[in-house]
Amino acid sequence: MTERDGFTRTGPGHLNLGQAGPRAASPGLAVEASGLAKSYRDVRVLAGVDLRVPAGTVFALLGPNGAGKTTTVRILATLVRADDGVARVAGFDVRRDRSQVRRTISLTGQFAALDEMQTGTENLRMMGRLSGLSRTAARQRASELLGQFELTKAAGRRVATYSGGLRRRLDIAASLVGGPSVIFLDEPSTGLDPQSRLAMWRVIEGLAASGVTIFLTTQYLEEADRLAGRIAVLDAGQIIAEGTAAELKRKVAAQRLDLTAASRAAFERLVRHFRGALVHQDDVSLTLGVPTEGDAAEVRALLDQADPDRSLIAGFTVHSASLDDVFLTLTDSAN
Amino acid sequence: MSDALIMAGRSLRLSARSPEALLTALMLPVMLMVVFVYLFGGAVDIGTKYVNYVAPGVLLLCAVTGAATTAVTVCQDMAGGIIDRFRSLDVSGPAVLAGHVTASLLRNFVSTLLVIAVALGIGFRPHSSVGAFAAALGVLLLFVAAASWFAAAFGLLVRAPEAANSAMFFLMFFCYASSAFVPVRTMPTWLRGFAAHQPATPVTETIRGLLLGHSHPLPLGAALAWCLGIGLVSMGSAAVLFRRRTA
Ligand SMILES: Nc1ncnc2c1ncn2[C@@H]1O[C@H](COP(=O)(O)OP(=O)(O)OP(=O)(O)O)[C@@H](O)[C@H]1O
Ligand SMILES: [Mg+2]
Repeated sequence: MTERDGFTRTGPGHLNLGQAGPRAASPGLAVEASGLAKSYRDVRVLAGVDLRVPAGTVFALLGPNGAGKTTTVRILATLVRADDGVARVAGFDVRRDRSQVRRTISLTGQFAALDEMQTGTENLRMMGRLSGLSRTAARQRASELLGQFELTKAAGRRVATYSGGLRRRLDIAASLVGGPSVIFLDEPSTGLDPQSRLAMWRVIEGLAASGVTIFLTTQYLEEADRLAGRIAVLDAGQIIAEGTAAELKRKVAAQRLDLTAASRAAFERLVRHFRGALVHQDDVSLTLGVPTEGDAAEVRALLDQADPDRSLIAGFTVHSASLDDVFLTLTDSAN
Repeated sequence: MSDALIMAGRSLRLSARSPEALLTALMLPVMLMVVFVYLFGGAVDIGTKYVNYVAPGVLLLCAVTGAATTAVTVCQDMAGGIIDRFRSLDVSGPAVLAGHVTASLLRNFVSTLLVIAVALGIGFRPHSSVGAFAAALGVLLLFVAAASWFAAAFGLLVRAPEAANSAMFFLMFFCYASSAFVPVRTMPTWLRGFAAHQPATPVTETIRGLLLGHSHPLPLGAALAWCLGIGLVSMGSAAVLFRRRTA
């Protein structure tokens, strides 16, 4: 926990999450998994996944399409049974203590889990009743959540008329009716426009500040970087890296050297020269990027080796590596 | 149990808002009654007033079309994300399914009353005591429950709601190939054996007998056995299928 420690404090949050507070504040691990494996027919979707998420933190599982993110989340949320491995959520075994796990967690899936033909209010009240609230309590909880998620105006409309952003917010609100202490969010901002994405991030930050544990999946490094204290990179069913955003960046190279080629022919020669080392390549702007430690001697040597005649490279910049660079380097070397 | 009631309330609200479900529950029964009595009624000569013969059959036909809606709603739930939400709220599979079946019973209860009202309006004249009338209604609803559980299992078996709709044709076939619309003796010989011994016939005969005050013995035992049998087997299969789908 280095730069994201802000998320781990409990303190007074913006959001009232019912009973969530006390349990989340207790020490220990909110999620603990080891050796999770899952295959569908002969396709190995997860090949031994280990995870440890301290209570009260934000954790991001980062991976490309088909990496196994949804499968992992569904196993942890007791919706899918792993073929092998064990997992505990809030201290409960996902296989043996399924009901306790379910009472402790919430899951917001990749696709909205709402009734299109019911209004926002009706959806929330129904979820409230199903999670054991009385009629009055469910009504109260619904209007509370609608207020917190700025959905009051849309509350009386059927969900079928909602925009993507509204729908996602209602979906998260619906998952919170029972006051969960571990919140799973599967790709919470996929498909949202930049503005709705920003609003979603604020919602997640607000939840985090209330002291609950958040386990989110994403394909966006920027999102993991912004929201999560720790990040695990999942690729083809295996965790290929784990750490804080800063640690991951250090793991590969602190800096990136971007070169602008003088011509297309020069660009192609440079691409051939660097080949496997490239973390960035843009055929239109004729730029390419390679990792570097960033000190002058190394940069000078890189430039000289790539372009001994000093004719191929028109310009260069050095900047700190983004998580995208880390990700591309990690997944490349894993393959 | 209370989860099932909440789910039933949801299911009823959803059908009240779905034009298709409303059409199936309210318009179709009226149309079928009118079609059978006025269009086919003239061509069918079975010795009694055809409306008296056919009204119980139309009741049965409406019951199966209504029950078949369950296949579509169950299938839609399974295809969408909502089932994951229910499961993560620890609502059991049987509770979700029982909710759909309960809603189907209530929908069909309303349609049945509507069909009876229309039938009375166009000349249907039952001769039964209050007790016999209630018994007929009871047998019909037991049949609806069995058909709804069957439809629920069917909705779990197929993946697409469009495919789930074919549960209706399957169930309707049993109605047509029974004594619901014409007596079995008027059917071709190869069909008679099947028609006389498949579940829809004893159910129709029992309901018809109770409503018209027939004095000959009714196949009540066979009707109840079929309904309970189909209901229990379907219920069991639905529970297994639900577990398989969500494994
Ligand atoms: N029920 C299933 N039956 C067969 N294959 C499945 C099933 N669920 C997932 N898979 C396969 O498992 C792999 C991983 O799927 P998963 O949904 O976990 O990936 P993901 O990381 O969430 O991807 P995305 O970013 O596209 O959501 C995919 O190849 C997918 O086709
Ligand atoms: Mg996914």
